[in-house]
Amino acid sequence: MWLIYKKEIIELLRDRKTLFFVVALPIVVFPLIFGGLIYFMAEVESDAQSKVLTYAVSGQEHAPDLMLKLKEIETFELKTLEGDLGDEQVAKTAIKDGKVDFVLQIPSNYGNDVLASGQITLNLVLNDAKVNKARSRLVEVTDIIEDANQRAAFDSLGVNETMQEALINPILVEKVNVADEREQAGSVLGGMIPYIMFLLCLQGAMLPAADIGAGEKERGTLETLLLSPVNRRSIVLAKFATIGTAGVLTAMITVFSIALWGLVALQFVPEGKGLTFLSEFMASIDWIDFVLIFLMLVPVVAIFASILLAMSIYARSFKEAQGYMSPLVIFSFIPVIIALVPGIELKGIWPWIPLTNVALAIKELVKGTMDYVQLVAIFGSTVLLAGLLLSFCVYWFNQEKVLFR
Amino acid sequence: MIKIQQLSKKFKVENPKKLSEQDKKDPRLTGRFFHSVKDVSLQCDKGQVLGLLGPNGAGKTTTLRMLSTALTPDSGSILIDDVDVLKTPVLARKKIGFLSGSTGLYGRLTGRENIQYFGRLNGMSEAAISAKIDEIAEQLDMHSFLDRRSENFSTGMKQKTSIARAVVHSPEVVILDEPTTGLDIMSAKTVIDFIKDLKSKGTPVIFSTHHLDEVSELCDHITVIDYGLTSFDGDLAAFTALSPNNLHEAFMRTLHRSDV
Repeated sequence: MWLIYKKEIIELLRDRKTLFFVVALPIVVFPLIFGGLIYFMAEVESDAQSKVLTYAVSGQEHAPDLMLKLKEIETFELKTLEGDLGDEQVAKTAIKDGKVDFVLQIPSNYGNDVLASGQITLNLVLNDAKVNKARSRLVEVTDIIEDANQRAAFDSLGVNETMQEALINPILVEKVNVADEREQAGSVLGGMIPYIMFLLCLQGAMLPAADIGAGEKERGTLETLLLSPVNRRSIVLAKFATIGTAGVLTAMITVFSIALWGLVALQFVPEGKGLTFLSEFMASIDWIDFVLIFLMLVPVVAIFASILLAMSIYARSFKEAQGYMSPLVIFSFIPVIIALVPGIELKGIWPWIPLTNVALAIKELVKGTMDYVQLVAIFGSTVLLAGLLLSFCVYWFNQEKVLFR
Repeated sequence: MIKIQQLSKKFKVENPKKLSEQDKKDPRLTGRFFHSVKDVSLQCDKGQVLGLLGPNGAGKTTTLRMLSTALTPDSGSILIDDVDVLKTPVLARKKIGFLSGSTGLYGRLTGRENIQYFGRLNGMSEAAISAKIDEIAEQLDMHSFLDRRSENFSTGMKQKTSIARAVVHSPEVVILDEPTTGLDIMSAKTVIDFIKDLKSKGTPVIFSTHHLDEVSELCDHITVIDYGLTSFDGDLAAFTALSPNNLHEAFMRTLHRSDV
């Protein structure tokens, strides 16, 4: 058996296509894509904050103090436009034609005495599909004025500060969150990690699997292998072990590369961007948790490997094998998606459902709320299923109608 | 010595509707089973070359696959020397060298590694393997390409490597299933010379073929299979005697026998 295993591994290592999927993809390509995406998003965000916006105002005469404040904002640039900007249609055209980034319409009832003017509605006409943060920058200014006006109004009514608070917000519902930052982020990220991992394990195992069963049939080497004095169970086990190794290797490389890139990110992340949070989050996961994630992927890979091998032996050619395998990618998502359904947690029946339980457990581990007792059920059920599938493979491999189709 | 007696093998027909018109007319189809081989007996003694003839689909490959333990027969017996192939298939495989026109090589391994692999699977020691490879490489003139990856080999190089792979464990019997089909003349000659060499060493060879000139050149004994039955079994002289001037005619006559 080890003889066959050794030869299959040598063959695999000499195959560039497989190596690319097993090694290059998780180590280089994925972090590059994700890192690039995060960097790009951070750039867009800061761009939107600092970009100079041009604007025009109608009804300036009603609010001289507001205008004064607006002119103080460095990233706003006032422009004077022809026509009645108080008319919504004119304002819209001005923005569509790109003359200004936004138009502010100040109503005639604008005033600092709230009690006299009533509620004031400022119309901000803008194209909100463009990211430019115009509203949040404007509100910064109006908030200050609003606050002052409010206070003045209350004072004139003789309402003291405690009463003011109660008037503004008579009942306050305060949320006391027991989940720490890791737990909250973990519930989001922890759902995504198994998704990527399952996919990578499957991807890593798929090409070798197609090559090792159907590929041998196609090249005419399977017959000679069957005629060598080795019993068929050893052949199946060797091939299974090879596919499994490829899958586990992919998983291992992936986990290590996530950990490694997490550490790298921690070193080089500039302050004040979303990345700092991510790297702190990575650092908060224990090494033991990484090891556990990896260990749990082993029986998962075993399940994938047996299914892939059975398909591969049955197929007449490499192409046919890949045809059978590609739907498996979709099916492997189902247990992961189940794990993402709110309310499904790692207790009751769920620790006994293979694949879904691992997806749930990875989520728990990332969140840091793992119930370690459940590991027994997880490993038990997953190993059991893998064993059953493997013995099916051995049976399958002894069927003449499967081998000589 | 190889002795096959009353071998039979049937295959289950999974979907009768998919059978071609020709298949449906085949007398071997009964109900949901296709009796590919019904009753085949043959014998090949030490130093003999047995030619297995028959039209396409007659059951030649099935017979040879049963002989080489890839398929298990439904009934009958196969003996190689005194080893019962059906009872101890793993032991029997060590005695058999098998090669067919469609057997391939592991493309990402070198020629030498391909041969070594099968030597190891047969439980040979490393020293024995390398000695044997040297011997065969000398004989078949393989030294120039032995250590290159076999995916870039020409047909002739591949066939030489396949031959070496098939006999690396010094089998007591060599089985060849249409070994020259699809090969160019040079490669086919390599195979024929190799059979001659086995014959001179006293190794019995069974090979199936469609080339009657190969038969007259190599074979001592001829067995013709038609519709899963042995329709002729005798030495070359008896075969040519059926139609002294034309081997093709002789072959046709063996087929007509089973029709009568």
